[in-house]
Amino acid sequence: MTIIDKPADVPAPRAGDDFDGPLLEVRDLHVEFHTRDGIAKAVNGVNYTVNAGETLAVLGESGSGKSVTAQAIMGILDMPPGRIPKGEIFFRGEDMLRMSGEERRKIRGRKIAMIFQDALSSLNPVLSVGYQLGEMFRVHQGLSKKDAKLKAIELMDRVRIPAAKERVGDYPHQFSGGMRQRIMIAMALALEPELIIADEPTTALDVTVQAQVMDLLAELQREYNMGLILITHDLGVVADVADKIAVMYAGRIVETAPVHELYKRPAHPYTRGLLDSIPRLDQKGQELYAIKGLPPNLTRIPSGCAFNPRCPKAQDICRTEVPALLPVTERDGSELAGRGSACHFWKETIHG
Amino acid sequence: MAELSKAGEPQDALDATPNVTDVEVVDAHSDAEAVAAIEAPVERGEPILQVRNLVKHFPLTQGILFKRQIGAVKAVDGVSFDLYQGETLGIVGESGCGKSTVAKLLMTLEKATAGEVFYKGQDITKLSGRALKAVRRNIQMVFQDPYTSLNPRMTVGDIIGEPFDIHPDVAPKGDRRRKVQELLDVVGLNPEYINRYPHQFSGGQRQRIGIARGLALNPEIIICDEPVSALDVSVQAQVINLMEKLQDEFNLSYIFIAHDLSIVRHISDRVGVMYLGKMAEIGTDEQIYDHPTHPYTQALLSAVPVPDPEAREGRERIILTGDVPSPANPPSGCRFRTRCWKAQDKCATEVPLLAVPERFAGQDAPAAHESACHFAEEKDVVHAA
Repeated sequence: MTIIDKPADVPAPRAGDDFDGPLLEVRDLHVEFHTRDGIAKAVNGVNYTVNAGETLAVLGESGSGKSVTAQAIMGILDMPPGRIPKGEIFFRGEDMLRMSGEERRKIRGRKIAMIFQDALSSLNPVLSVGYQLGEMFRVHQGLSKKDAKLKAIELMDRVRIPAAKERVGDYPHQFSGGMRQRIMIAMALALEPELIIADEPTTALDVTVQAQVMDLLAELQREYNMGLILITHDLGVVADVADKIAVMYAGRIVETAPVHELYKRPAHPYTRGLLDSIPRLDQKGQELYAIKGLPPNLTRIPSGCAFNPRCPKAQDICRTEVPALLPVTERDGSELAGRGSACHFWKETIHG
Repeated sequence: MAELSKAGEPQDALDATPNVTDVEVVDAHSDAEAVAAIEAPVERGEPILQVRNLVKHFPLTQGILFKRQIGAVKAVDGVSFDLYQGETLGIVGESGCGKSTVAKLLMTLEKATAGEVFYKGQDITKLSGRALKAVRRNIQMVFQDPYTSLNPRMTVGDIIGEPFDIHPDVAPKGDRRRKVQELLDVVGLNPEYINRYPHQFSGGQRQRIGIARGLALNPEIIICDEPVSALDVSVQAQVINLMEKLQDEFNLSYIFIAHDLSIVRHISDRVGVMYLGKMAEIGTDEQIYDHPTHPYTQALLSAVPVPDPEAREGRERIILTGDVPSPANPPSGCRFRTRCWKAQDKCATEVPLLAVPERFAGQDAPAAHESACHFAEEKDVVHAA
């Protein structure tokens, strides 16, 4: 048993840093998919930044565009049917969408790495985990098979897989779910990237294992001072690890806030609805609040605010005008750092 | 206890589990008598389903032509509990702890290796023919994955109406369409959707179809195996509310199996915590969540991420090391000892019985509930210190 307490110290900037802007900046990103039923607008103008050592949680339901944004950043979007009609993704000040395939390949894995949700289907079942871990070193650093294997063992030790030396030749099915997710993390960490995108890293795991994996991830992030984008639908996981949160709905960010602020005073009716609709472990409530209706079909996003058909506060303006993501202020007009809400009535929502 | 399967029923173990009441066994000599017993109503608050020392071992075999058994996966290894009429019993545990196998055994989809399941005094593991059919009508199931549990080639009307083919007495032929539309209405779907196919619905709507199918035969017990874990948060709340509404409306008893402890607390009257085929702790939701005494329950509860950064800070977190051991080769004595921080020599040799711990015996405190631990101790891990 270990009792984990997240220290509040801010990590020192990485040595040899010559760029002082944000590590990653996504600006007005749009992604659409051409399907038989028309154009599905999966991402409609997403903006966010991630700094080194910072954890940004992207929260949203299925179909909100959170994973598609991540795939666009990684450059692993299937194109076609996907298309990026508009937007910029700056990594250390350089727009990755303008780079050649070869240039992006050098960033992918080495500078930005990704952890996928389902470790069983993300790992190749017919290759040993040692071989798959070593691939990173063979391809990117040109190491020999033998050296790559030694590195793989080292990595497995890092993510605390017991008896790494004996298990390096084992295949994915011989590991438990938590161990497989550790291997995924090891693979993402292999080249010590500056940014890690974790797409629902613990959704498929049991709570006890989930806690182990999240702690490991947070610890390694601190150690390497990496930026982390954590994509999830679980409000509990977010509360545990994130610094700031971006809530997505129908391809747009509807609210951004530092983690404590969001839970205390949500400034968007959708966020409020989400918070009210989860049962709490430490309280036994009566009926759960349920957001009525269903998330919209991405080929037919409602006009105005996409949330208006489900919103309890919707007025006429919500059906016609798309609300912009505006800064949220205190009642007296003083600024609230890092807070924004895309709701016409954010004032009423946050100030009651 | 570990050799339960070989030795048969250890009678003392049964006596040491006071959470279960005595079973009034109905001696039915013919099918008709059994059916009559099954169809008799049960008063609210009376036990409707009584599970006694239920065991399910899956054999591990070797060889192709001459198969010999080299061991067994002890998926469920001596589980006892009662389900009362009108209540919701939550069963929680990690994957591989046997919760879904319990569900299958209660549905008689799997044949139990040993033990009994009494439904209104009838041991359903020994029933067959008409009596078994009558039992199955009264115990229905809602499955986890709404994407694979509905046949994609059947319309919603056919899916929900299929139970009527097997039990035609519930709805006469000409009446079925109306019955199905009524069911769709009850679960909050448009009755005009009767001719649509499952792919035309979202996950939450599909789960409603699954629930409508479960309700079709007016069952008394519904076993829900992770009914909302595949759904989005906002839709999850809708389905949970629907299930609570239906319980009141049709006077149902639920066995609610899930790994999400917050949802289980929300919906359950009583909760049982399973670990590696055994019940570790059982009690009312307040007893389990606010006054857990088994170390496994405490670890499980403390690991749940709480959606409130402020409440989190005062909480102690117990992070268990390692994974659940293989049920084919469970640890001797207490099965949790390999991951337990309290484990001592006694834990390796003596199997702790599911009983009110001695130190709490006779007390009226909420900590006085059944817990299978030699060193049971109350510890609040849910609320901030």
